[in-house]
Parts: sequence; C-alpha cells; structure tokens
Amino acid sequence: MRTFIFCTLMLVGTVTVQADDWLQFRGTLNNAIVTGPQLPDSFDNIAWTAPLEGRGTSSPIVVGKRVIVTGCKGPRQDRLTVSCFNAADGSQMWHREFWATGRTICHEKMSVATPTPASDGERIFAFYSSNDVACLDLEGNLLWYRGLTFDYPNVSNSLGMSSSVIVKDGTVVCMAENDTQSMTFGLNAEDGTTRWQLERPRAANWTSPAVWPGEDSLVLLQSSEGVTAVEAQSGKTVWEYLDGASTIPSLTVLNGMAYVPSNGLTAIKPGVSDSMIPEIVWQGSQLNPSTVSPVVTDTQAFVINGAGVLSCADATTGERLWQCRLSGKFSATPIISGDKLYCINEQGVAQVVQLGAEEGTVLNSHDFSTTILAAPAAADGAIYFRSDNQLWKVE
Amino acid sequence: MKTRIFILLRVLAFCVLMLNVSEITADVTSEIKTIQQIGHNAENYAAAQKALDSLQSSGPDALLPILYSLGEANPLAANYLRNSFEVIANKTLTEKKSLPLEDLLNFVRRTKNDSKARRLAFEWIRRVSPQEADQLVRNFLNDPSDELRREAVAKILKEIEELAKDDASAEALKRSRYLQALSGASDDDQVRKIVKGLEAFEIKVDLQEHYGFLSDWYLIGPFDNKDEKGFDVAYPPENEIKLDAEYDGQLGKVTWQKYETDDDYGKLNIAEKVGPHKGAVVYAYREFVSKDEQPVEFRLATPNAWKIWLNGELVFEREEYHRGTFFDQYRIPALMKEGRNTLLIKVLQNEQDQSWAQDWQFQFRICQPTGMALRPEKE
Repeated sequence: MRTFIFCTLMLVGTVTVQADDWLQFRGTLNNAIVTGPQLPDSFDNIAWTAPLEGRGTSSPIVVGKRVIVTGCKGPRQDRLTVSCFNAADGSQMWHREFWATGRTICHEKMSVATPTPASDGERIFAFYSSNDVACLDLEGNLLWYRGLTFDYPNVSNSLGMSSSVIVKDGTVVCMAENDTQSMTFGLNAEDGTTRWQLERPRAANWTSPAVWPGEDSLVLLQSSEGVTAVEAQSGKTVWEYLDGASTIPSLTVLNGMAYVPSNGLTAIKPGVSDSMIPEIVWQGSQLNPSTVSPVVTDTQAFVINGAGVLSCADATTGERLWQCRLSGKFSATPIISGDKLYCINEQGVAQVVQLGAEEGTVLNSHDFSTTILAAPAAADGAIYFRSDNQLWKVE
Repeated sequence: MKTRIFILLRVLAFCVLMLNVSEITADVTSEIKTIQQIGHNAENYAAAQKALDSLQSSGPDALLPILYSLGEANPLAANYLRNSFEVIANKTLTEKKSLPLEDLLNFVRRTKNDSKARRLAFEWIRRVSPQEADQLVRNFLNDPSDELRREAVAKILKEIEELAKDDASAEALKRSRYLQALSGASDDDQVRKIVKGLEAFEIKVDLQEHYGFLSDWYLIGPFDNKDEKGFDVAYPPENEIKLDAEYDGQLGKVTWQKYETDDDYGKLNIAEKVGPHKGAVVYAYREFVSKDEQPVEFRLATPNAWKIWLNGELVFEREEYHRGTFFDQYRIPALMKEGRNTLLIKVLQNEQDQSWAQDWQFQFRICQPTGMALRPEKE
C-alpha cells in the first residue's frame, strides 16, 4: 500500500513538474520558444472554439488544464474580465468581472485588455491598459486588487497601454510608462503591496518587461532610452544599455544575451570590464522589427518588418541569412516550435513557416477571417489564440 | 402537553435560527466594513484579504448586504465586493439553490441605490430570469444609471429595426421611437444611430445641445511654450481674470477675445481661431451658473497638454501631446458651487512637425453623475 501511495505521489509530482504551461506573454520563459511537445504542422485541426465577450487583444495563458483569457466590455471598455476555460474541451470554468479604476480610453485598434496576464502557477495576475491589476487564485477567487492609476492619476496614455505583466521570483512587474507620470512597479505577488516603484523615462512606451533567466533574479525594462536591468526583488539597477530602443516591439532573452530592438536589432550581454555597462555583441541595422517582437533560437534570430517580411539572421553575428515574404501585416508575435515558426497576421491568416539554414518557406496557411492581434500560446502540443470574440485551440 | 412542547421547540428553533442569522449578518457586516477600509497603495490589504476569504464563503444571505455596501465603497473596495458577490452567486447556482430574485428586483427598482450595484444585480437577474430582466428594461429609459439607460435605448433601437418597412403607420412609430430613445441616450455610438435614423425624417438633432458642449469661450494667447517650457509657467490669467486686460504674449500684446464654435461636437479649434502657432499657450475662460452645489464630471477632449481650474483651484493637469483625441477623453470629478463658477483651461501646443501633430483644440462639457449633460442656469 505504501509503495502504491509513494508511486501515486511520484506520478502526481511528476505530472505537476512536467506540466507544460504557458504562463505569460511569449511563454513561461518569456522568449516565444515552445519547449514542450512539437506543435502540429498546420492550423487546420481545430479542437474547439469558445466564444468571448466584448473586446480583447491580450494573449491567452495556460496554467495546467486552465486557459486564461482577459477581456473588456461595455461602450467605454471599463468592465474588465478574466475568463477561465477548460483546456480539454473549451468549456468555461469561471468568469469574473471588475470595474476599471483607471482611464479606459485607447486607440480603436487596441483594447483595454491588451496586456497579457501572467501566472506563477498558483495565482493569476491580470493587468489592463487602465493599470488595474487583479490577482486571483486558479478558482477565480480574488486575492488582491491594485489600481495603479487610482494611486497615481496621471499614469496613463490616451492611446492606451499594452505592456504585459510578468512575474519573477515573487515580484509582479507592471510597466506603466507614458509621457506624463511614467512609472514601473514591482508588486509583491503574495499580497499586492509595493516592493518597489521606479520613475521611468517620460515617453509613451508599449514594450513589455522581460525575464532574465538564470540565477540572477533580473528583469529587463526597455524604453526609448535603452534597457535597464533591475533586481526583481528590489528594483535596484544592475546594468543599463543607453543607446535608445524601440517603444513597441520588446526585447527577447536567450542564452545570456538580450536581443534588443535598437538600431535595428542589437545583441547585448552583461559587461565584464564594467558590470554596469553591457557589451554590444552585434548590431544588425537590416533587422527592423515593427510591432512584432523578435524571436531568437540557439542559432537564428527572426524579425518581421512592417511589410510582413520575415528576416532571419545568424544569432551569433547578426548577419542576415535570408528573407521570406509572409502574407499580410502582423501585430502578434510569432512562436517557434522545433524548426517551424507559427505566425498569425492581422487579418487572421495563420501561417506555418519551415525555418531552414538558407531559406524560409511558408508551408501552409489557414484563414480564420477575423482580426487577430495577440500572440498565440502553446501547451501540450496545442496552440491557443484569440480574437476579440473567439478563443481557439488547434492541435 | 404535547402541543406545548411542540410550540416550545418551534420557538427554540426560531431563536436558534435568528441567532444564527444575526451572527451571519454581523459577520458579513464586519467583513464588508473591513474591505471598505482598503485605500491607496495597498493600505489595509492584509485585513481585507482575510475578510474577503471569509465573505466569499458566505451564503446567498450576504448578496443584498454586499449590494447595499457598494454605494459606500471606494473603487478598489468595490471590486473586492463585486468579486465576493460573483463568487457567492455562482456557488449558489452551482449548488442548485436560488438567488433572492425578489430582493434583487426590488434593489434594481430603487433608483436611489448605487448605479453600479444596480447594474450588477440586473445582470444576475438577467442570468436567472431573462423575462424579469426584460420587464425591468422597459422602465430604464430615464434611469439615473447610464448603463441601465443604455439597455433601454438598445431595446428601442432593436424594436425599430423590427418594424415593417414602407408601412406609413410603422414609419410614424419609428420617428416617435427614435425621439424617445434620444431622450435617454448618452453613449455616442447609440446617439449616432439615432441621429442617422432621424435624418430619414428630416429631423436634425442639435448635438451641441444634446451633449451640453460649452461652445462659447473667451480665449487669450499665444503665450510662450517653446521647448515645452510653458506648462509650469504661470502666465497672468492664472493669477487674475480681467477680461479687459492686456498682457505681453509670445508675439506681442494679447487680449481676451470671445469665440464660439458651431462644430456639432463642440470642438473649439484654437489653431483656426488664434492661429497655428507652435510652442504656444492659450487660455480659455468662461463662467457656468449652477443651480445647486453639486458633484459633476468635467468631460474634456484635447490632443494637447492642459490644465483646468474651477473657481481658481487647479482641478487636474496633464502634460501629454498628440496621443490622439477622443470623445470624453478625460473625465474629471469636480464639485460645483451654487451660483456662478469660473472655468479656466490652459491648452498647450508643442513644436512637433508631423502632419498629425498640428491639432490645437479642445472640446468640453459638464455632466451630472448620471452621465447626462448639465447645462448652465441663467443668472
């Protein structure tokens, strides 16, 4: 009997550890690389769809068997929603709504629910353009709620804000950077209290914070001035890159290197001679990401420009290797599984691209015939993505 | 003897029940009060989190107390209470129990109750009894809640769509129904639909009047805002309002001039009236007579940086340039005094040279808490 219980516990333990979650914008590792089972070769096999209310341009996240989606409702988009769906069949497990405490004005292309939520596996952190932060448990019970614009009334942007929230070592990082009162907050995931808050460059900024993996508990903040690496627990600056950066696509991190949309695309790594100044490894002025964030593998770096052209560069040198024209314009950051790139254009045409050493080839496409602006998520070999009014699972 | 024992037992059972109810009520009241103490910057969060845990495990008896408490809750606490309501209501339905429908109906019918709480109750009524909800909507057209009025307007617009085409009697009905809908409409998407519908009957809606845009202002300027340095400079109008005064401006002497806009949406184009100056400041001034002391919401739209004063007191300021302009872009709570109130708006243009960064304008109206326009009284 003891052996049986032990084996059962081990099995449960194993399942928990190996659960293939997608916990935040661009995945648990925040780099858009799928580490779980290989994704399907096309978007054709739709497992289920689920209706969504109102508007929403955030990505889904996947926590165990739950798919979490944020949204907003009402003529002023001031009703903020968090919905939880069963990953197995798309049935709604719960739905919660909140009243926005900050401004809900935004450009018509985006919505108040543009920032992607995050999870630490136990809690969900939903963040909105109104700078409301709702922390719920996996059953939809509210744990805490912050209104960052309620606290600081000039923290807002009339075009809306889109920075996704990330959670790193118990700190929930919320960038709320804008022209007027520009701030980034580190909140205690346990209780919502402020661990740190930073005055940031006064310029509209739609980029998302990035996780720096490894033992250093760092978070990278990108702005028009460059990149600041801060300690997740304290907000203390560890190093700074000050050569300017884009305010729309976000940097990505892989293998101890940050690939920053700056002067095209710039690869930087922590400095050796002066730990405050990172070393520039290469700059690729031909690599110009537009809205979409770059995606990098061990060997190659990918960007999509404003005309929908996918460029591939050598990840170690920045040398452009090949280009491939995709269909349409893109807002959704693609994801990579194995040697395939999965991207969905603004018109809802999903494309699978075979990534080679010398060329990229569009293998197939599937027209979902609706506007899709949010990056797809992936878990357990399935792809999840959403429009304003629908959530899909493809497997 | 048997009957006496039976009565005694019933009385005892009733007392125990009442004791439990009063204990439950006391707990719920205490938890709600704790949650209402939440403040800025996570103030009182630890206590609120405990109270929330406890409140969420309450039964349906807690639903009405939660609704009544929303009127006294700040926006953060309101979300804690809303979540409690939803968790309890969901649990009640999952356990195949009933929501207190009659209590919810009465709560919604009482228009003095908090608007958001009434809307929340209405949504749960609609979920469990769509017919009852539909009956409620019929009385929402002049409701103090803009969200509930929206339901009534939507219902009328849907009924109009369903009326027969090319039928004379139906056409007359459409006309009157559009006008009826207009009386309760305050959301621009609905108003636009109504305006378009009425065009077919050659009725032009006076949108300035409907929305209460303040169309006539005294303007003075330009003052200097080169390098965006004028935001914190207090030019003379910030210290005194003398409509016959003359001051040194950016390009020479400046005086107050009266302007009026005939734009449907009340947009006052400063670049057109005063000139397309760059790196410049203009002040707009007017008075507004209020029949009572009353809470209001200033509704301002501008792509330019701005400051606004009510009766000489700075109400809000924002230094943001050319991030778009939208209907009711800024909603600024304020308290009007009875009688004559003074309004001063500082509107700043920067020196961006892009084609989309040339607008220098503002739109302004004052709304009641209901979202309906407040118009100035005559003195």
